[in-house]
Amino acid sequence: MSGAAPATSLTLVQAVRDGLAGELARDDDVVILGEDVAANGGVFRATDGLLDEFGPDRVVDTPLAESGIVGASVGMAAYGLRPVPEIQFSGFLYPGFDQLVSHAARLRTRSRGAVTAPVTLRAPYGGGIRAPEHHSESKEAFYAHEPGLTVVVPSTPRDAKGLLASAVRSPDPVVFLEPKRIYRAFREDVPDEAYTVPIGEATVRREGADVSVITYGAMTQPALDAAEALADDGVDTEVVDLRTLAPLDRETLVASFEKTGRAVVVHEAPRTAGVGAEVVAALQEAALLYQEAPVERVTGYDVPVPLYALEQFYLPNALRVREAVERVVSYR
Amino acid sequence: MDRSARESLLDRDPDDPVRVLDDDGAVVGTVPDLSDSRLVELYRDLRLARRFDARAVSLQRQGRMGTYPPMAGQEGAQVGSAYALADRDWVFPSYREHAVSHVHGVALADILRYWMGDERGSAHGANVFPVAVPIATQIPHAVGFGWAAALAGDDVVTVAHFGDGATSEGDFHEALNFAGVFDTPTVFCCHNNQWAISVPRERQTASATLAGKASAYGFTGVQVDGMDPLAVYRVVAAAVERARTADGAPRPTLVESLEYRFGAHTTADDPTVYRDEAEVERWRERDPIPRLEAFLRDTGRLDDERVAAVETEVEATVADAVEAAEETRRAPPTAMFDHVYAEAPSELTAQRAALAALYERVGEEGFE
Repeated sequence: MSGAAPATSLTLVQAVRDGLAGELARDDDVVILGEDVAANGGVFRATDGLLDEFGPDRVVDTPLAESGIVGASVGMAAYGLRPVPEIQFSGFLYPGFDQLVSHAARLRTRSRGAVTAPVTLRAPYGGGIRAPEHHSESKEAFYAHEPGLTVVVPSTPRDAKGLLASAVRSPDPVVFLEPKRIYRAFREDVPDEAYTVPIGEATVRREGADVSVITYGAMTQPALDAAEALADDGVDTEVVDLRTLAPLDRETLVASFEKTGRAVVVHEAPRTAGVGAEVVAALQEAALLYQEAPVERVTGYDVPVPLYALEQFYLPNALRVREAVERVVSYR
Repeated sequence: MDRSARESLLDRDPDDPVRVLDDDGAVVGTVPDLSDSRLVELYRDLRLARRFDARAVSLQRQGRMGTYPPMAGQEGAQVGSAYALADRDWVFPSYREHAVSHVHGVALADILRYWMGDERGSAHGANVFPVAVPIATQIPHAVGFGWAAALAGDDVVTVAHFGDGATSEGDFHEALNFAGVFDTPTVFCCHNNQWAISVPRERQTASATLAGKASAYGFTGVQVDGMDPLAVYRVVAAAVERARTADGAPRPTLVESLEYRFGAHTTADDPTVYRDEAEVERWRERDPIPRLEAFLRDTGRLDDERVAAVETEVEATVADAVEAAEETRRAPPTAMFDHVYAEAPSELTAQRAALAALYERVGEEGFE
């Protein structure tokens, strides 16, 4: 997005709001529904002002009922709308989980394509904001494990807007997880006009020759910080941001790994059966002969996310990434 | 309370709220049979709750505590309902029932510890279930717990507390249905504080009342003036009696307590975005504390001297709780691995050892 295209410096949550406004304006079938999304403008202000701009039929405060929100979205989508339900925090999604996995994910296949559910379910997720219990979970693996669902996690404002547009226009249900820790962490110039960033494509955030750090969402920044610190020690680190967790962009991962032969996978979700395990398997399956060292995972631990007094010891940070990279590059 | 009195209190139109005091504290109903000292204690606990709440909000504002859900305005319903329980009964709170929990045995310092991000705040040992932050999820627990107690022949009543928004969740309906089918000794205490964050009660359900929802499950629903602690006490006491073994046929009851939260949903919320200040002012005129105080003064149970003593006592109690909570040494980082399973699997033990070694090597600053 270079050149003279008008752009505005936005935070990630502002870019989400901008993306939603753009999609509401572009397509009359787009409708937002959820708890506190209209009059209140969303608890994180992700839908701020949209009620005034688009009216109460398109930006809707619902009763407090996640199964109702997701299930009604499935019905609306089947009728032809493009619902963009918001679940206030991903930790409160579970009453709607049944609707998501039992119906949204499989209507297409079950009806041989006759009935579909193009729903974009947005939810803030992840830790790092000293929030109360159930406000800090990273359960993206639940959704990535469900055939029929697409799972997207943006890590920059520009990607957030473009990926959200792709999600809303996708013919299939998308779980769009927004890392709330970086909702307001930094700004980026975001094009004012509508654009899309393709789903299913990872991106290389930093090029390097010695080792690949593969990550996504709020962990991208600590990975980049670690890479800068490692550069001082002469380690040239590549950082790959997955952006879409399902379907996984194996091509980009494997290309990076074939170049470096060493990898560290980073996510804040618990380790066991996490997305990192899938990444490691993808590398093993496609590029075993390029491998120079065991692939390490830097993740949250296999414990319920601790309340915030101990949260900083749970979340991976640049130091843990850096030490893992050092072990991997020194492996002989 | 005898059976006919209980029936006349509970089995009324669902839109006919029980009242004992009017907005000025004048008696308009039957004053419950509580001793003079118990009534003054009730007043003290309201004042304690109000002071605790203000202090907790202030701790959050000063960065000494995380997000906190205030209860100002709702103390009358919380304390009044808790006074109706026997020690052996169990409370199943949502996240706002600090005063219910405290009256039923949870130390104020433990409540603060939980909101300061410390799991040990939930290890209080009182007959109060751990706080449920998701909406309505604790209601089926209250049903199952009471059901199990009844199966064991134990005389235990369970009380589930939840808000108006919770009545939209499936768990609310499933729990009430179970209670009706299995005759569980459960009181459902719905604190209708008029707002589920930004969504007003009228947009939560098209039902005329929340109390009326009980009829779909085959038991009684009753409204009470939730800003009137004596009315709440009477109604919940009658519901507890009916849940216990009264008349040999224990039955659940849904109590819709009509209340108002004076403040924000949580310290992370700004209610001026969605509600009218004039509405807040109207409800403030029904504040439970001056109402009960007026009644107690008018009936000679309270005077300036006693009120001053209560103020001093409450101030000291809250100060001690804050000090105790803040003096608590933070748990070691590896405490996150404690109690995940009864017996830790080897993978978890290995992760714990890795964190312990890292912490030993890099210290606190390694995690900043």
